[in-house]
Amino acid sequence: MSNTEQSAQLTQVPKLANGYRLQWEPAQDSFVVLYPEGMKVLSGSASEIVQQCTGEQNVAAIIKSLEEKFPDVELAKDVLDFIAGASAEGWLDV
Amino acid sequence: MSEPGAPLWLLAELTYKCPLQCPYCSNPVDFAHTGVELDTDQWINVLREGRELGAAQLGLSGGEPIVRKDLELIVAEARKLGYYTNLITSGIGMSADRVASLKEAGLDHIQVSFQASSSELNNWIAGTDSFDHKLEMARAVKDNGFPMVLCFVTHKENIDQVDDMLNLATRLDADYVELATTQYYGWAFLNRDVLMPDRTQLESAEAAVNRFRDQKINDAMKIYYVIPDYYENRPKPCMSGWGSLFMLVTPDGTALPCHSARVIPDIEYPNVKDMPLSDIWKRSDAFNKFRGFDWMQEPCRSCAEKEKDFGGCRCQAYMLTGDAAATDPVCDKSPNRQVIEDAINASRQPEAKPLVFRNAKNSKIIQSTVQD
Repeated sequence: MSNTEQSAQLTQVPKLANGYRLQWEPAQDSFVVLYPEGMKVLSGSASEIVQQCTGEQNVAAIIKSLEEKFPDVELAKDVLDFIAGASAEGWLDV
Repeated sequence: MSEPGAPLWLLAELTYKCPLQCPYCSNPVDFAHTGVELDTDQWINVLREGRELGAAQLGLSGGEPIVRKDLELIVAEARKLGYYTNLITSGIGMSADRVASLKEAGLDHIQVSFQASSSELNNWIAGTDSFDHKLEMARAVKDNGFPMVLCFVTHKENIDQVDDMLNLATRLDADYVELATTQYYGWAFLNRDVLMPDRTQLESAEAAVNRFRDQKINDAMKIYYVIPDYYENRPKPCMSGWGSLFMLVTPDGTALPCHSARVIPDIEYPNVKDMPLSDIWKRSDAFNKFRGFDWMQEPCRSCAEKEKDFGGCRCQAYMLTGDAAATDPVCDKSPNRQVIEDAINASRQPEAKPLVFRNAKNSKIIQSTVQD
């Protein structure tokens, strides 16, 4: 990803696409994303990111709030990659 | 045997009543003889018990589920319990007001089925004048902000319209389109010779799907294209294995591991009125019957692929070989593969058999013929 692309991504405001729903699923002991006739079980780190994708803050703000929550982790690149991937798969609108 | 996982998919067949008469319906051919439908409270109890077991996806189907006047109540309760709620409908009997009230009740998604991409063929297959109303309902689904799956059940008579189906789905702004080739169970098994497409038709349909994707005509729309297993040489991993992820409750409360499980004789399927769903799922003989691998015979038992396809479909094994524990004869390792070739050949005979349409009258005639 080029620097220009990256700075463009920082201003995106991601939220789950229409029809996708995030919820805690006790039977899976995980957060999941539900969608028509399907379910993605999220890893711990994925669920931290998706919980921030509320459509109310941009990617830069999401990274900042995750860095505050996990001060010892280098996470900016992972967040950018995850959001780009989920948006390419069509379940996160940016 | 270890404790089974959760039945992630719960399918509630709310009613067998349906204004359409599709000759490939997966309902049992003797549906006219079913018991009394569960009432609202009984359904809500099923949903609660299913959720406790870990079910996350709820299908509301039938028959035509919109016929149930308590559908909104059932949806609202399901949504409150945390299900992702999917309504599987033909759109007939629906109104724009009803779509809006389902949205308000918390319904998550609507799948609308079409019988074809043209009015004439659609109405002939459905046995009713339904095409224009379906278009109207598909638009109402989108207007209310629902994600929409359009489902075309394909077969010999309509599979040559795949281009048109994809274009129609695009015009209606579908989010997903399913081109689901008829599976030969229920009414479709009865009509198999007339419904089965030939190999050339399947190849053209697949080419049409690929062309649509390659030309990026509508990238946002996801397409699922499923070919009939008769043309494969390995069986489908039916239901991801018996009693593995899926549970179906019929209108009268019978719990089944798949749509057609009742074709297999000598299995007593429990009813939700008599037994908690948890006992049905974990402990009933019916749901344990083909779990795991111990029930398998050769060539499945020693096959390296058994954990991939679970020996295929138990119903198909029974319907085509008379033994529900046999290898699904779709598999070319099955000693019975010839029955599949014979079925394909029978569907190529030029003399046309009449289609038997799914309705209560035909259901009763078929049932009394069986009893005679």
